[in-house]
Amino acid sequence: MPSTTPVHVPVDILRFNTCGSVDDGKSTLIGRLLYDSKSLMEDQIEALERSADITGGGQINLANLTDGLRAEREQGITIDVAYRYFATPRRKFIIADTPGHVQYTRNMVTGASNANLSIILVDARLGVIEQSRRHTAIAALLRIPHLVVAVNKMDLVGWSQERFLEIRAQFEEFLPRLDIKDVKFIPMSALNGDNVVDPSPHTPWYVGPTLLGHLETVHIASDWNLNGFRLPVQWVNRPNNPTDQSLHDFRGFSGQIAGGIVKTGQKVIAFPAGIVTTVKQIWTYDGAVPEAFCPQSVTLVLEHDIDISRGSMLVGLDHLPGSHSDLQAEVCWMHPRALQAGKKYYLKHTTHTVQVAVTEIINKLNLATLESEAGATELAMNDIGEIRLRAAKPLVFDGYATNRLTGSFILIEQGTNATVAAGMLSSPREIVKPENGDYVI
Amino acid sequence: MNSYHLDHLQHLETEAIHIMREVAGEFERPALLFSGGKDSICLLRLAEKAFRPSDLPTPLLNVDTGHHFPELNEFRDRRAKELGGKLIVRKVEDAIAKGIAVPAPGEISRNRLQIPTLLAAVDEFRFDCCIGGARRDEEKARAKERFFSFRDSFGQWDPKNQRPEIWNLYNGRLNPGENMRVFPISNWTEMDVWEYIKREKLEVPSIYFSHKRQCVRRGGQWLPVNALVPPKPNEEVRELIVRVRTIGDIISTGCVESPATTVDDIIAEIAAARVTERGSRADDKASEAAMEDRKKAGYF
Repeated sequence: MPSTTPVHVPVDILRFNTCGSVDDGKSTLIGRLLYDSKSLMEDQIEALERSADITGGGQINLANLTDGLRAEREQGITIDVAYRYFATPRRKFIIADTPGHVQYTRNMVTGASNANLSIILVDARLGVIEQSRRHTAIAALLRIPHLVVAVNKMDLVGWSQERFLEIRAQFEEFLPRLDIKDVKFIPMSALNGDNVVDPSPHTPWYVGPTLLGHLETVHIASDWNLNGFRLPVQWVNRPNNPTDQSLHDFRGFSGQIAGGIVKTGQKVIAFPAGIVTTVKQIWTYDGAVPEAFCPQSVTLVLEHDIDISRGSMLVGLDHLPGSHSDLQAEVCWMHPRALQAGKKYYLKHTTHTVQVAVTEIINKLNLATLESEAGATELAMNDIGEIRLRAAKPLVFDGYATNRLTGSFILIEQGTNATVAAGMLSSPREIVKPENGDYVI
Repeated sequence: MNSYHLDHLQHLETEAIHIMREVAGEFERPALLFSGGKDSICLLRLAEKAFRPSDLPTPLLNVDTGHHFPELNEFRDRRAKELGGKLIVRKVEDAIAKGIAVPAPGEISRNRLQIPTLLAAVDEFRFDCCIGGARRDEEKARAKERFFSFRDSFGQWDPKNQRPEIWNLYNGRLNPGENMRVFPISNWTEMDVWEYIKREKLEVPSIYFSHKRQCVRRGGQWLPVNALVPPKPNEEVRELIVRVRTIGDIISTGCVESPATTVDDIIAEIAAARVTERGSRADDKASEAAMEDRKKAGYF
């Protein structure tokens, strides 16, 4: 359905997050992006001026734009993920501003999990520090497709190309150990606006794009998995309408397609029943459609009456998933109460929540060396490690590397209901075998 | 672009539908907050997209401050009826009469008094989840709020202690007395809302379009002349061609001079705008942390 608005037609959305340590200038960078791309409004600038009079000695502080909570302005820090929106004629942008303090790494995972691109800020004076490594490792772990290393505060090192190349070399020392394909290094000064939106006169030796130029043009086509149809069932759509005959027997399975493409007439397997059936209709509010794809939200009507409910998964016959109760995963721990082997949690995977026990902590990632170290007895807040889990019922899943949506989960503490971990599943040891007789209806 | 491509509105739409259905799947007694304003109009269409051909699985809830624009209430009632939705209205006036909401001496604004009224309605119907049309681009405190925003048994938001939200996995688990506010259009901007209204051909209350109105100059804004806060002798009153950009209470919603008579006009106007929509809401200007304070107390 093409938009016909002549004035304002962004074609797609780029989601990115910014990370760095305290005082690397993240909020200033975002403020600068908004300010220089003319995305700030007069009343926002006015509000900045009002707060500048109080806290900034008259100087406008671009960081005040994103540091929205009172506690943040008082302490001059960012305590949670803040979302910002702006658009240029080429693209629409969603920014997750994620803080750099060690204790808020969980917020970085929150902000970055849906990102197409991560910006890692580095203070040119300090170069690569442990936080830079940590953030890069998390971006790699989450498989964020694109990375930008923003070497900020270049004005404070005299716009030295040598220093810029030195920092780049520091990154290139550890990047090969992380599976990141696309990295861009940009020298800048967020405070003064050099190479953020407008090219800097101070870096004649740098021939690449400005930050905004890169954000507008980086290739983000299909970050979604279009191989292997997956529909986690969210809600069973049963109108039970006694007056409308056509709706009386309507039984649809609603959900967001988490992978692949589905067509009317196609065969699908319904898990956990493991029964093959055919897609009779792809129902949407705007009418039935012949096919649908990830990440569209649809309602499927099936040929056979099978026991399907929330938490079931409809799957195409190619690129089959795994189905196991014994799972292996990398987790980022997000709660002050550490993960301990043997403890039970709820695990939410797609639309399915199941009890699990942590059976083993395999290793813990040392963020200073980026080596996985065996022998950990617990994972504390902000630790990343590999664990084994046993679920009360089998999960139908893919490896996170294959499909972000069917390969990810969260752990929820029983009792407090706190979200305590983000998990990324390892690829299944074996895939389900449809040739078994019990998959045929 | 290949054919398996969603444009930005389709992306925002499928994200919002997914969230709506998660609410239906995870909560026993959800309600959808519907005021008749442009954001909740989009919310209602998204609910239709999520749940048709079934009936909406949630009643519609509105807290009537008693200071609403009459055009808004008329639209709210009519739209709810057209959809066959169950509309529940709870009035601040009744809450004051019952002693649930207590105005401070001389307090005219109903803004703060909406909070106890809403919380009482949540108790009355034992709602465990309220779906709202708040957007993160509206205001700095909203910019930090999750899609699933947890409220303790006092209805309070604790911005420092929010549940992490990762991928599209939302944790809706609650203990008795606790509550969730869910904001499916968190990622939408004002422009997205109007483009969606255009694409979906949605009807909106007439006051969004330019009309002739008596306005009084107060606090740097043109406020509609009304019986609640009549113009003082020294105040400037003029008849202007105006529209409202965001709808709050009639005593605090600034009117903007505008010739916009169609949705296309409004889209063009926003594209060229130099102030944000909340720039015309006196309730947010009160202090830098005005919205943060109200949300902590239970505001949606």
